[in-house]
Amino acid sequence: MSTTEAPASTGTNGNGASGYRWVGTRPVRHDGLDKVAGKARYAADLNLPGMLYGHILRSPHPHARIVSIDTSAAEAMPGVKAVVTGADFPEAPPKGATRNLMCTVIARDTVLYSGHAVAAVAASTRREAKAAAEAIEVTYELLPHVLNIADAMADDAPVLHDNLFTRGVEPRPTEPSNIAARTVYERGDVEQGFAEADIVIEREFSTQAVHQGYIEPHACVVDCDQEGKAVIWASSQGHFMVRSSTATVLGWDTSRIKVIPAEIGGGFGGKTTIYIEPVAALLSTKAGRPVKIVMSREDVFRATGPAPGAIIKMKVGARNDGTITTAKAWLAYENGAFQGIAAMLGCMCVVSAYTLDHLYVEGFDVVLNRPVNVAYRAPSAPAAAFAMDSVVDEIAARVGMDPIDLRIHNCPSQGDPTPYGPKWPMIGLRECLEAIRDSDHYQSELPEGQGRGVASGFWFNIGEAPSATVNLNENGTATVITGSPDIGGSRASMALMAAEELGLDVHLIQPVVGDTEVVGFTDVTEGSRATFATGMAVVEACRDLKEQLRKRAAKTWDCDVEEVEWVDGSAVHGPGEQEPLTLAAITGNAKRTGGPLGATASLNARGAGPAFSVQVADVSVDQETGRVTVERYTTAQDAGTAIHPSYVEGQMQGGVVQGIGWALNEEYIYSDDGNLENPGFLDYRIPVASDLPMIETCIVEVPNPSHPYGVRGVGEVGIVPPLPVMANAVADATGVRISDLPLSPPRVLEALTAAES
Amino acid sequence: MRYAAPTTIDEARALLAADGDAIVFAGATDVVPQMRGGRPEPSMVIDLKKIDRLMSVGLEGDTWSVGAAVPTSVLTADAAFTADFPGLSEAAGLIGSDQIQNRCSLGGNLCNASPAADSVPALVVNDAVAVIAGGGGERRVSVAEVVTGPGQTSLAHDEIVVCFEMARPAARTSDAYLRLIPRTEMDIAVVGAGVRITLDGDGTVSAASVALGAVAPTVVRVPAAEAALVGSSLDDAALAAAAAAASDACNPIDDKRGTIDYRRQVAGVLTRRAAGIAADRIRTRNGQTSNEERAS
Repeated sequence: MSTTEAPASTGTNGNGASGYRWVGTRPVRHDGLDKVAGKARYAADLNLPGMLYGHILRSPHPHARIVSIDTSAAEAMPGVKAVVTGADFPEAPPKGATRNLMCTVIARDTVLYSGHAVAAVAASTRREAKAAAEAIEVTYELLPHVLNIADAMADDAPVLHDNLFTRGVEPRPTEPSNIAARTVYERGDVEQGFAEADIVIEREFSTQAVHQGYIEPHACVVDCDQEGKAVIWASSQGHFMVRSSTATVLGWDTSRIKVIPAEIGGGFGGKTTIYIEPVAALLSTKAGRPVKIVMSREDVFRATGPAPGAIIKMKVGARNDGTITTAKAWLAYENGAFQGIAAMLGCMCVVSAYTLDHLYVEGFDVVLNRPVNVAYRAPSAPAAAFAMDSVVDEIAARVGMDPIDLRIHNCPSQGDPTPYGPKWPMIGLRECLEAIRDSDHYQSELPEGQGRGVASGFWFNIGEAPSATVNLNENGTATVITGSPDIGGSRASMALMAAEELGLDVHLIQPVVGDTEVVGFTDVTEGSRATFATGMAVVEACRDLKEQLRKRAAKTWDCDVEEVEWVDGSAVHGPGEQEPLTLAAITGNAKRTGGPLGATASLNARGAGPAFSVQVADVSVDQETGRVTVERYTTAQDAGTAIHPSYVEGQMQGGVVQGIGWALNEEYIYSDDGNLENPGFLDYRIPVASDLPMIETCIVEVPNPSHPYGVRGVGEVGIVPPLPVMANAVADATGVRISDLPLSPPRVLEALTAAES
Repeated sequence: MRYAAPTTIDEARALLAADGDAIVFAGATDVVPQMRGGRPEPSMVIDLKKIDRLMSVGLEGDTWSVGAAVPTSVLTADAAFTADFPGLSEAAGLIGSDQIQNRCSLGGNLCNASPAADSVPALVVNDAVAVIAGGGGERRVSVAEVVTGPGQTSLAHDEIVVCFEMARPAARTSDAYLRLIPRTEMDIAVVGAGVRITLDGDGTVSAASVALGAVAPTVVRVPAAEAALVGSSLDDAALAAAAAAASDACNPIDDKRGTIDYRRQVAGVLTRRAAGIAADRIRTRNGQTSNEERAS
């Protein structure tokens, strides 16, 4: 099969039965041994001679004006080499994304959440740095705070930003408010749709803010030299982003900064921004020594990455034959201290798994006194799916239709309009629905006393800019250098695609994540883009190399290059007059045929294929304690083509597990005075391994025609369905539908008790 | 900060007596996270795991002696101990994780003085006695008297819990411990319930002990629940009365781990279930069919 065309749909469940030699196989990841042996180097593992430790002082108040900061006592303390406050950083513009980034890294005149960075110290030891930071005297003038959407949207709410006027409202408001933006998508006439519907169901839902829960706290080491150049070792999802963001916050030229990516201990979207690098850079500049900052777990919870909580009101109309015709949705999403686009994304996702004639979706992005949102796996989609797929479950019950059949009946296909405008390209939602319908799990009888729930989920996926360099070594091996931090096994996928292109054993290929000075610009590993987009750059570089290899063979054979074909890792002479030349034979002789062989590709990856997942769970509910146990769980997801099926399955399972945590127990618990009461893994309850059954996976392969191997991103969509899956399963098990997450034991018991009386 | 690893109780006590900011530890599974959080900030940490008597488990006559620093994984792996105190063994096996249980101890679980300590209700229902080494030699007090409030004990600064003594259970006696956590491990009890009962030949309860964790500042013994069980055949009415008494005995707080109403309700549920499990253990041991087997 020619690899220049996308393969036909195979539905092979990722077993590589698609005619490929390497794509679809499951070699052990190149970074695996170091990780299991504890040798992988994370950012906090680096120690440099003369290195200092940075400690960041954080606000104990959720909303306050900084009246004054006195650092004199701290500066006089033992071991202290540098102290910085917001005043040491460039002035932030009055509004916009740059201000939000700059003021998240360090507060200027106002703190907007408990945990907001206010000042920092670098000292010889951690203990000295902490003691000195605590000796900084900050005088605050307390301001009233708002912690939830309803309070923040109230007419008399304390306003966080006096220059924030709601976007998307005509005429433009004359008073500032906490509503940063209003987003509307509409089609048809919803009032007509509801009038014509046989069934109309209207419900209100709420979800809580959750953390990405990566095991590795944010960490960096920054070393600034006398010429003002900085080297940053950091854990992030994108070191080019670390470079540009740090430059922005410091007002530096990007060329002053080199960022070396450390191995990353989990990101899930939470490391698509920066918090500490500019602080360490300024401390290092002041002290003339390298500075390490490692966040504590408590700081991670108080000051980084929540995914937002949301309130969603859904009204859906359907006909008795199960056709969903009409949906009206009102969504409000927490943004944290600065405006974001959470509600806009929620609006785009909320009904995307359905075809509808009439649609009115209105969303509100709301700022409040919590840390600013950062991406978390398919941001905003889980809460939206929770609302829609809970209502769809009720519709299925009302019309007496199997919930999967109902979803197939309403499933969009290629060419149908998306709710947010463009037409759907080739998508695999129907295939995922059919895969679950036909699964052993769904076909099995539900055990006595248990409940079963299903739901589907959508995520966009993105492309953006990747770069890759592939060098052939003199011994016939290859080094694949990309700019994509590997957060889910992408290095193995890069090696597999290179192996397939070059016809080289995957074990002879070393995939590497290069720093900002050895590889071309590459966007953040986000939007499920690395294997899709950076994979395209790897393939393009390898194809360039194959041309070079053919030319070298032609030169060796003194023939026309058109007579040389590249077959299974060797140059083959078409007319058959020469013995084939292996890749190793060509690279070993490279000095005599024109020098070393290498190729680079940088591009804009277009055509990221949308992702869908459909999932089913069986649960049991302890009627006397409200505890929910997940008994069985199966997920089907369209991967386009599974380059490395094991790591595709890992992404599918990981998304499901995080979604189950969101559904069952995870939530931020704030005290009335605006402080987080559960900033640790003891009381912020992500699932532990023993909480879960093996998550059964079914890889669906509906190839993405825009990618040379048909890849779709697989990293995110798996987290979307579990929220409604769990709610639907609990409703099936108990007869009680709960529309407020999490489904923690006290909440479930309360609902069961209320339903009884 | 200094680290010391004395090999005798006298040596450990002398170190403690000489330094008001010194603390002792066994597994350190509570104290290390606490120190990381900034409190306590001891001048010296004294490791008790090098002292033989704190690290030994044994049966002398009809009395079990369990060293205060013995890892709970040793107890859960001890078949004879677990046969005598299945509920205490299962409580010890619920603390933290497997790795934690290779370090943590009954003495540490008690002296950390968390209201939610899993092993304490199970020790209390088994009438465990803490042997405490102090200035005047050794004293013996009921385990229930050691903890006086969250993070507070009745121990003097230079006193050390050496071991626990427990009489072997009487004939036809067994115990059980249940806790509610939202997850399956690596969590802290929202409610814990320990129950020990004795059945006479015809299946009537002749003695009962009930103790609850995480529902009050200290572990709560529930005489009213015990009275509801004694004299009954563990019929539904008696179990319901015991559950109601357990709920009534709670004096919980609303916090991040659970609400007052939830804790009250679940305390009753767990008390009833633990009583049933303890009774089943007695019946099974005596060759009778357990309720579970009868149901299946």
